Amino acid sequence: MRKFIKRSVSAAVLAAGVCGLVAEAQAGANEQFIPLATYRVGPYASSGTLWWAGLIDYLRYVNEVEGGVDGVKLLWKECETEWSTDRIVECYERYKQGYNGAPTAFFFTHSTPASYALLEKGLADKIPLIDAGGGRTESTDGSVFPYAFPLLMNYYSQASVGINYIALKEGGLDKLRGKKIVTVYHDSAYGRETQGPMALLAKKYGFENIQIPVADPGNEQSPQWRQVRQAKPDWIFLRTWGVSTPVGIKTAARFGLPVDRIIGDVWAGSEADVLPAGAAAKGYQALAPFPGGADFEIHQRLRKHILDKGKSDLKDPKFFGSVYYNIGLINAAIAVEALRTGHRKFGNRPLNGEEGRWAFEHLDIDGARLKEIGFSGLLQTLKLSCNEHEGGGAARVQQWDGSKWTLATDWIQADRKLLRPLIDAKSAAYAKEKAVKPRDCSKA
Amino acid sequence: MSASIHRLPAPFDHAPIEIVGRRQPWGLLALLGVAFVLLPLLGGDYWLNAILIPFLVLSLAGLGLNLLTGYTGQTSVGSAGFMAVGAFATYGFLLRVPGLPLPLALVAGGLFAAAVGFVVGIPSSRIKGFYLMVTTLAAQFFLEWVFVKFPWFYNHASSGTISAPRLELFGQPLGSAEGRYLLTLGTVLVLTWVAVNLVRSQIGRNWMAIRDMDTAAAVIGIPVERYRRLAFAVSAFYLGIAGALWAFAYLGTASAGSFDINRSFQILFIIIIGGMGSIAGSFIGAAFISLLPIFLSHGGQLVFGGSLDAGQVQNLQKVIFGVLIIVFLIREPEGLVRLLGNLRARLAVWPLRF
Repeated sequence: MRKFIKRSVSAAVLAAGVCGLVAEAQAGANEQFIPLATYRVGPYASSGTLWWAGLIDYLRYVNEVEGGVDGVKLLWKECETEWSTDRIVECYERYKQGYNGAPTAFFFTHSTPASYALLEKGLADKIPLIDAGGGRTESTDGSVFPYAFPLLMNYYSQASVGINYIALKEGGLDKLRGKKIVTVYHDSAYGRETQGPMALLAKKYGFENIQIPVADPGNEQSPQWRQVRQAKPDWIFLRTWGVSTPVGIKTAARFGLPVDRIIGDVWAGSEADVLPAGAAAKGYQALAPFPGGADFEIHQRLRKHILDKGKSDLKDPKFFGSVYYNIGLINAAIAVEALRTGHRKFGNRPLNGEEGRWAFEHLDIDGARLKEIGFSGLLQTLKLSCNEHEGGGAARVQQWDGSKWTLATDWIQADRKLLRPLIDAKSAAYAKEKAVKPRDCSKA
Repeated sequence: MSASIHRLPAPFDHAPIEIVGRRQPWGLLALLGVAFVLLPLLGGDYWLNAILIPFLVLSLAGLGLNLLTGYTGQTSVGSAGFMAVGAFATYGFLLRVPGLPLPLALVAGGLFAAAVGFVVGIPSSRIKGFYLMVTTLAAQFFLEWVFVKFPWFYNHASSGTISAPRLELFGQPLGSAEGRYLLTLGTVLVLTWVAVNLVRSQIGRNWMAIRDMDTAAAVIGIPVERYRRLAFAVSAFYLGIAGALWAFAYLGTASAGSFDINRSFQILFIIIIGGMGSIAGSFIGAAFISLLPIFLSHGGQLVFGGSLDAGQVQNLQKVIFGVLIIVFLIREPEGLVRLLGNLRARLAVWPLRF
């Protein structure tokens, strides 16, 4: 009997798996498919669950309240990846052709390593890769990277906004001369990405640029902060990630460095980054292309139609309006607006990847449109074009008051004209190495 | 007098070792035919790119570790470090030596990894077991650090990421899924053939003697230390080539983060589950470990629809792996390959067992 049960259970599991591989049932043809490479478990789960909850809540809102995007319903499927690159690649391969006839118009990588890994596959398969606030910086140049979209804010703009905010506090860019700005960075690809633009900005504005690396994961940072203290900096730019952020804030407090002189980067500015630091984080500021808070117009709509009806993907409603949840909302909203843009050219039908690229390249979200969709203050105005795949390049600055983020400034624009030559030089080097012929953007 | 000697009973009426008769390799040929002809024709992009290529590369990596751990008895958790060396070295050769054909660059990358493996293996002449494992752990972290710290290795790219140069073989571009699949398959086939012959040769037998009892091996005249270092070098050669294929044929890009300690553990699990000291075990283990997550994720979606959290399926998979590893270590240290062997032996006499 035991054997029988054992056998039938294993047979059932086997059969289920095989059927799953062969055909996944039920789906419609007149739907827009959106693959989601989620990470609800693993080391980044605490941010991943909120990110995808925000994204799914908005998609659900569009489907159920607005009846889809111009009448085209959205269909999404998740694959759990634990934020590991090879699993994200697998997810991409699984769903790049769409799902039961519903085509894929774009793919959220939400991981800089995955954006790199998929770069050439996306080009070959004609699937736009969306990585808001991350991605390969030089892929801002859409003439060389037609299918990569480091939307909103690339790493160079993040450095520039950081410096511009410091100038604002000091009373002008000319006041930066002679100041000491220390960058404490996560010693990884992400952390080192801003070294080029920082050196350029330091040369231009005459401040002293000191770079201090923190090795991954950054559980112990005393030597680094001793070094920071010796440098007696005027400002500290904290470009850490994960556990290294709260540890950095706490260690800085231990060394007597004032927390209101520390400016966190985009990925060092969520609740998960400051809550573990406790009281030491009160007064900490961070760049926020994705501000936290649940008082924006869209939150009221979501609360009414999704959250209060028990349809939210959030397990714990206390996280409604947290930074990562809002990141999800913003990504979903940009994608939905891109689809709308595409519908105006191709008609109200599901778009494929090539049409998706056209849609993203002609995306133009102005202030009035932001107000209509309820994202005023939460999202910056965004305008993309053929050789401009970033679009925004601005961030607000938010400050932690000990229990929540409050917005300290309006949108601060990066000095993108100054940094663009660096990006063009890098993309040209890429084009040369790979023998890519840049598109002629005057024709696109 | 001499007659009494003849009357002594022979200790065994047949040789104590089982001599496997030379079978006609029809099954193998059929498998190769399917792998080389049928799969590229029938398998879509998804199967080739997302399932078969990583499976083959992981098999190769498992094979490399099996030579060190399964055949020579030296546990290593530095496999991913050697893969990184192979990937970065191959990239460096392709980038800095113009006109170098791809197979040569792969071999050069593998040799470079072998040299590093040899250096890491030097302590094996003095220490063994747990302590040796810790030195490989150190090597893993050191190599990861090296490929983050020194921008020269990744050609000063802004993100520390290397990307595949144009893959070509004799002027034929290998950029398509089929091309990359055939490149991987060809490499794995050649290296497996080499490994099979290696473990059946004097070297392989010496390795196994050292694994079974190093003192006895030394007594019968095997230079134990030299063969241990050799095992490290050969294993690193295999892992290096696997790393280069992982970076260029599968992901198309790599950074030090792609070869972290988790990858090392994954490869160790492959040989624990598949079977230590077995070439086929590396393949079976790799198939299991790379296919089970995908299988579960598809199956979970079908059975539970949207009602089950994708994250829960992932946790389930961790539980299954954990349980299997414990079960295999306790009940069947020879892994899946042994279970399959038992099954075959039973089926051979079925239904007349007696």
